[in-house]
Amino acid sequence: MADYILEMKNIIKEFSGVRALDNVNLQIERGEIHGLCGENGAGKSTLMNVLSGLYPYGTYDGDIIYNGDTCQFKNLRDSEDKGIVIIHQELALSPYLSVKENIFLGNEQAKHGVIDWDITEKKTVNLLKTVGLHVSPNTLVSQIGVGQQQLVEIAKAFSRSVKLLILDEPTAALNEEESANLLDLIREFKKQGITSIIISHKLNEIVNVADRITIIRDGRTIETLNQGEISEDRIIRGMVGRELTNRFPDHHPNIGEIHFEVKDWVVHHPIDSSKVVDQIDEMNIRKGEIVGIAGLMGAGRTEFAMSVFGHSYGSNISGHVYKDGQEISVKDVATAIDNGLAYVSEDRKAVGLNLLMDIRENTSIASLNKISHHGIIDKDEEIRSAEKFRDKMSTKASSINQNVGSLSGGNQQKVVLSKWLMTEPDILFLDEPTRGIDVGAKYEIYTLIEEMAASGKSICIISSELPEIIGMCDRIYTMNNGRFTGEVLRKDATQERLMSLMTMEGKRVLA
Amino acid sequence: MENTTNELKTEKKSLGIKDKVMDVFSRYSMVIILIVLLIAFQVMTGGIFWRPLNITNLVLQNSHILILAAGMLLVVLLGHVDLSVGSVMAFVGAVAGLMMVNNKMNPWVTVAVCLVLGAVIGAWQGFWVAYVGIPAFIVTLAGLLMFRGLTQVVLGGQSLAPFPTVFQKISTGYLPDFVGGEHIHYLTMLLGAILAVVLIIGQWRTRQHHKENLFEVESMFAFTLKAVFTALVIIGVTYIFAAYSGYPIILVNLGVIVAAYGFLTNKTVAGRQIYATGGNRKAAELSGIKTKKITFWVFVNMGAMAALAGLVLAARLNAATPQAGTSLELDAMAAVYFGGASTSGGIGTILGAIVGGLVMGVLNNGMSIMGVGVDWQQAIKGLILLLAVVLDVYNKKKKIA
Repeated sequence: MADYILEMKNIIKEFSGVRALDNVNLQIERGEIHGLCGENGAGKSTLMNVLSGLYPYGTYDGDIIYNGDTCQFKNLRDSEDKGIVIIHQELALSPYLSVKENIFLGNEQAKHGVIDWDITEKKTVNLLKTVGLHVSPNTLVSQIGVGQQQLVEIAKAFSRSVKLLILDEPTAALNEEESANLLDLIREFKKQGITSIIISHKLNEIVNVADRITIIRDGRTIETLNQGEISEDRIIRGMVGRELTNRFPDHHPNIGEIHFEVKDWVVHHPIDSSKVVDQIDEMNIRKGEIVGIAGLMGAGRTEFAMSVFGHSYGSNISGHVYKDGQEISVKDVATAIDNGLAYVSEDRKAVGLNLLMDIRENTSIASLNKISHHGIIDKDEEIRSAEKFRDKMSTKASSINQNVGSLSGGNQQKVVLSKWLMTEPDILFLDEPTRGIDVGAKYEIYTLIEEMAASGKSICIISSELPEIIGMCDRIYTMNNGRFTGEVLRKDATQERLMSLMTMEGKRVLA
Repeated sequence: MENTTNELKTEKKSLGIKDKVMDVFSRYSMVIILIVLLIAFQVMTGGIFWRPLNITNLVLQNSHILILAAGMLLVVLLGHVDLSVGSVMAFVGAVAGLMMVNNKMNPWVTVAVCLVLGAVIGAWQGFWVAYVGIPAFIVTLAGLLMFRGLTQVVLGGQSLAPFPTVFQKISTGYLPDFVGGEHIHYLTMLLGAILAVVLIIGQWRTRQHHKENLFEVESMFAFTLKAVFTALVIIGVTYIFAAYSGYPIILVNLGVIVAAYGFLTNKTVAGRQIYATGGNRKAAELSGIKTKKITFWVFVNMGAMAALAGLVLAARLNAATPQAGTSLELDAMAAVYFGGASTSGGIGTILGAIVGGLVMGVLNNGMSIMGVGVDWQQAIKGLILLLAVVLDVYNKKKKIA
């Protein structure tokens, strides 16, 4: 029999009558890297919260057997004391404290309440070496990137002598290079005998790194795959309960004239107005075309899109924007919207939606002038529009009066798309349109994007996921360091080719 | 995420009587607190509280706070505060005194000039908050000091009095009674009945209209219950006023203000943009909303409302005094928070703010009748404010969890 470090047996967890977990079983072998897959809402996070004691013993049914003992964790501290550490998707670091202060937060190296900074620093240096992070222990966390912050979290876990490390969507906010480093690190930990559980939507990563994978669907354990059985298609089949033969909808491009053009576009940093962030000589989208912008994080993709969308980013912006050959103004967001532009942001919770408002109000907020007369909102019209888009997008909600904060990621994204389609745009910038959305909902979003293009709109997709860019776009601009480094047609697009252009310095090359 | 969605659905389905009562209670907790207070004080004051004279006084004494609360609601919806309104009230009152008492100027001209002055003060503060990005707390703290100081400068440490009678009528006048009832003010009764009928017909028509368009509507039972409750409250309260001197003019003004703010916040683009800006400024900006402009005009509005409240207070006291309106900014903010507004912006209603203001006013008035000393009044008010908001937060949490 295998040596299990952790067994979770017949876990049942209910929330006011609804079963979130229904007899879930999970067995983790000592020293393995175990992947946990499932759609959003399948119950992965709930399961991990049961394990960590966030949902204390007594609020669930079933047994947790860790290192042969049945455990009854009452809070996070209990599980951490046993070496179980969860690193959540939203990092829990204090931005204005230094790296070393964060690592030992709640675990201060103190004698009689007085912190020994020398020991703290010495230990921090060692921990940072372990996780391969090359920053000073005194750097403020707010000054380092998300990828490095993730490493600080891991260092923090190590400071508590972790035995079972649980990573919830560890690479969601990382670019490809950072992700690769992180995964290498996890493999390294394995050699040191640390067991890891990884929850991720990025199936290619899971396939690469995991020894075994457990799939959860609708609060139930579907199956556990062993080494030989693991493949992306296999996982997807388990997650959605059906064969998903194609991850992208059929592509029938009907491309027309040049619809939208940006020329000699120069954007400076919003605070340091002498620093050039983006310099784009030419970019265009044809009618009905889906154009992709591929680039690593920090390449200036979002900055470019936002600067075009009503100068929402940057300072000292210069250049020209044309629609159907006519120069148009994008001097502020309202003007950009009036001229037919729309921008779906990469962070829907922070800047895409008003989480206090319901579906109806979020849908209409960018088109209030369309449904009002003399400044008075026509509420009937508003309800009709909201209902129309809810049907069109098949947004799953109890009614259009449901607060968007309680919707799943995929449904929230549908509300954002509703909001922008209601403005009747001609050109849509979609920034990471499927980030944090599960496989089934992704396909729906892709279908909606195809429909928009088919109806003659010009689409620009910005994405860190190369398969998404390759699967969706007719033409792809690659970007690095604020400049376009290449332009690749759909038929020539491969991950390798794009990656080499994305990491290339210098001027644009025509392919 | 999806779990929460499912929970909401099942919860809706399985609403029993008990859940329904809890739902009503959590949604109208402030109204219920107000009703409980109204009944409790009636008992504890041995029947004095609900006497027509006292109810009329209650309105006269609190009207300026309710006016402030209406303006403050918009500021709070944006997630800001305005600490300067008490001082602005005093300053405007002083200028009114200077114009009418010292220079014998026409009261109507004075009122117009004072309202514009308030708006200009609001514009001054709104400029710093909206376009320069100074936190409202700091800008209006500066305003609190500045305008209190300027009040002293204008008044020279003296009070100015008396105001012309016409001006005093703003706060102390009543509607005339053309029919000439002896014990009962007929015009008031008539107006009250018309108001009740108009409100209910309006509600009915909205409901029918929604039904025709297949929108969700509340059950007939809930509608009838609400209609009967509305009618009883309006007619009952109207009767109490009619038994004294009829509707005070200031009550009619308040009614107009509440209606206007209700319209602004519920039906207009501007109102929606205020909620959107307060709920998530960045998202609002990316939706094409000019959040700076919105912020600026909300402060202009607050200035004008503070000026109006200052005039009302001066008219009631029949004097412009250096200490007028001291710490009323706190009462106004308390009323708004009391009425369910969120300190971080984006949540709050005008009815909530008015109910919140009334709870404060009822507490003051009831305890004064009972002979509770000012010292204890403050302590009790503070405690009740905290408890009421705790209850509100608790209810909301339970609804979400």
